[in-house]
Amino acid sequence: MNPIQAFLKTYNGGAVLKYWHAPLIIEGIIITVVLAILAQTAGALIGLILYFMRRARFKPIGWIAEVYIWLFRGTPLLVQILVVYLSTSYLNIARPLQAADVFPALGFDPSGYSAALRPFIAGFLALALNEGAYMAEIVRAGIDSIDAGQMEAAKSLGMTYWTGMRRIVLPQAMRVILPPLGNEFNSMLKNTSLVSVISLYDLLGAAQAIGSPSFLTLELLTIASFWYLMMTTVWTIIQASLERRFNASNIEGGGSQSIWERLLTPDSLFPFMRRAPLAGPGR
Amino acid sequence: MSVNGTAMVEAQNVHKYFHNNEVLRGISMRVAKGEVVVIIGPSGSGKTTFLRCINHLERINKGKILIDGEPMGYREEGDKVVEDTEKNIARMRAEIGMVFQRFNLFPHMTALQNIMEAPCQVKGVPREQAERRARELLAKVGLSEKADAYPARLSGGQQQRVAIARALAMDPKLMLFDEATSALDPELVGEVLKVMRQLAEEGMTMMVVTHEMSFARDVADRVIFMDGGVIVEQGKPSDIFSNPREERTRSFLRKVLEE
Repeated sequence: MNPIQAFLKTYNGGAVLKYWHAPLIIEGIIITVVLAILAQTAGALIGLILYFMRRARFKPIGWIAEVYIWLFRGTPLLVQILVVYLSTSYLNIARPLQAADVFPALGFDPSGYSAALRPFIAGFLALALNEGAYMAEIVRAGIDSIDAGQMEAAKSLGMTYWTGMRRIVLPQAMRVILPPLGNEFNSMLKNTSLVSVISLYDLLGAAQAIGSPSFLTLELLTIASFWYLMMTTVWTIIQASLERRFNASNIEGGGSQSIWERLLTPDSLFPFMRRAPLAGPGR
Repeated sequence: MSVNGTAMVEAQNVHKYFHNNEVLRGISMRVAKGEVVVIIGPSGSGKTTFLRCINHLERINKGKILIDGEPMGYREEGDKVVEDTEKNIARMRAEIGMVFQRFNLFPHMTALQNIMEAPCQVKGVPREQAERRARELLAKVGLSEKADAYPARLSGGQQQRVAIARALAMDPKLMLFDEATSALDPELVGEVLKVMRQLAEEGMTMMVVTHEMSFARDVADRVIFMDGGVIVEQGKPSDIFSNPREERTRSFLRKVLEE
């Protein structure tokens, strides 16, 4: 019996068919997707904040950002997840959410979910903090690619730096930032699997929870891999269609208003930066 | 134009360094209300830098610039001079229009949106009112039919005319033109100069940095010749062009007028 035959003899194909859409797996997929979206969004915001810290006129703020980026890019994500999880274990970061009865309000069983809340929040924090360090570079490349004359024109018209950023520079930078942001999200979908080490039943965690006690580890990993592939494939298709639309409108000269562009208006993206207009014409 | 009263622009001994390179070596001058001043000079003479100091796109290292009597960019705190607040600088810039060599239109906005943006964002003008005014201004620069065009679809001359309309939408009391025609194909220069000429005739106070000597001769109330970071000579265009006193002015004019 050669090794391949031995492998095929022990590999339980029936188990793959039995468990591929088990409730725990489906819940794991939901946790993975929600975690990835939340962490990517927060990471992008952290990246934006780091950009502005780096170019602050008060230099120490910039140094803090540099140290942050150095730290989170220079250490393994898995270590960061463990450190965040263990160092927040006695803070009980889940308490405010539990106290607010978020899960019953959303129609979930609080007993089941609140147990998962602590590793979920720790995992989210670690992934977001890590992602922020990488997004900082992407945001910088995007904003710095915009001609300095754009901000000068905005300022010459009486706009403040923030108004110029929000209305003029960032909407243009977004076109440069979005493609690498999409690639980051693809990585994020897979990197979330690391949170399974802090006992979160994400897709990989769920697969291991079923696979280990039943000695079906390899079969459940097959299922997990299948679902990760589905997620990244669907995302790749979405990303390609988004980029096509962006390129099409670029060729038209910055132009046609797609749904995507209407969603990404400066006001919807950066409502917190909205400023009250200066009073009157000032004469 | 009145010689009395507050000058629109008053520069007092303005110095500007880039690192160790002193590009402005003590510029003092006045621009009266309604006056059209054209600044000429060889490249590297500091004329563009000086213009950018007027609306504080460049910081100055020494001296003072007053706009309509109000110090631009700096305020006194005790016996120290510190940079003014961003809000104050923005408020003063809102009344100074600037037109750039490379247009700097906002590429993600239509011509109309480019013109409406600052009145809506800075002054809080209602959209319908801003749009009405923007369409008037587009008509004034002869581009009514291009209201919904994005800058990439416009020629250089058209872009620059939109940029002028954009600056005018803020009802500025002073307009700065930084080599507004230098990036244009020769056949497009005329349409932009025509708009600038019209503005001058309407009594707009203008400071114009240009290489267009015919514009300087025909439109300027006063021509300033700068070289090496100083004002070498200034006067009526007829005097400067036909009877320059300084040798540096003579040799510059010889070179540019020969072409």
